[in-house]
Amino acid sequence: MQLKIHYYALMREQAGRSEETLETSADTPAALYGELVDRYGFTLMREQLKVAVNSEFSDWGRALAAGDAVVFIPPVAGG
Amino acid sequence: MRFRFTESPIDTVGARRELLDLGAGGYVSFEGWVRDHNEGQEVTRLEYEAFQELAVKEGERIIAEALRRFPVKHALCIHRIGSLDLGDMAVWVGICSAHRGEAFDACRFIIDEVKHRVPIWKKEHYRSGDSGWVNCERCAAAPNHIHEHA
Repeated sequence: MQLKIHYYALMREQAGRSEETLETSADTPAALYGELVDRYGFTLMREQLKVAVNSEFSDWGRALAAGDAVVFIPPVAGG
Repeated sequence: MRFRFTESPIDTVGARRELLDLGAGGYVSFEGWVRDHNEGQEVTRLEYEAFQELAVKEGERIIAEALRRFPVKHALCIHRIGSLDLGDMAVWVGICSAHRGEAFDACRFIIDEVKHRVPIWKKEHYRSGDSGWVNCERCAAAPNHIHEHA
């Protein structure tokens, strides 16, 4: 299925892009992150991240559907 | 919107005016400024970016929580994004309430929660020429530092 991924901050730099549409067999955010670590060599461990699906915080085990927009959220530093 | 972003300098005079209420006896605000040092490094400038769609939702939830927890009249938070210089204001929080105590408490609550929960990231540029994403680099699995200036 196709997913839309947006990258921010350190992950945007490491991926070399801010968004992409990806054809993947990953059916959860956890599986998707594993796939993307292999592809881009992200240095952040999954335990350091949160994940959002369709602009709302999500569980790592949520079932992804075609067309979902996924964002991995590195440790935040506002203020 | 009670939580919002701006790419321009924060208009604190206009923001304060949004809080005016004849039932309020006091107003408390907090300004976060760009500091010239962090964890032993000399900082020369900062870049902020945000996942705005979710950040605004989470920011609004924080303001709503503050209004439930503390008997204040109004609350507002504005966060800057983009490139900021030393001394620039990165974030502003304003509260008004009938009495001062809860205004201080709500202001502290909002800035603390915003720093912990809202998807905003800060890249520091250092005098040494190095740079780094705050909270992301030193604790990353691989120890290699990310250099942007090739």
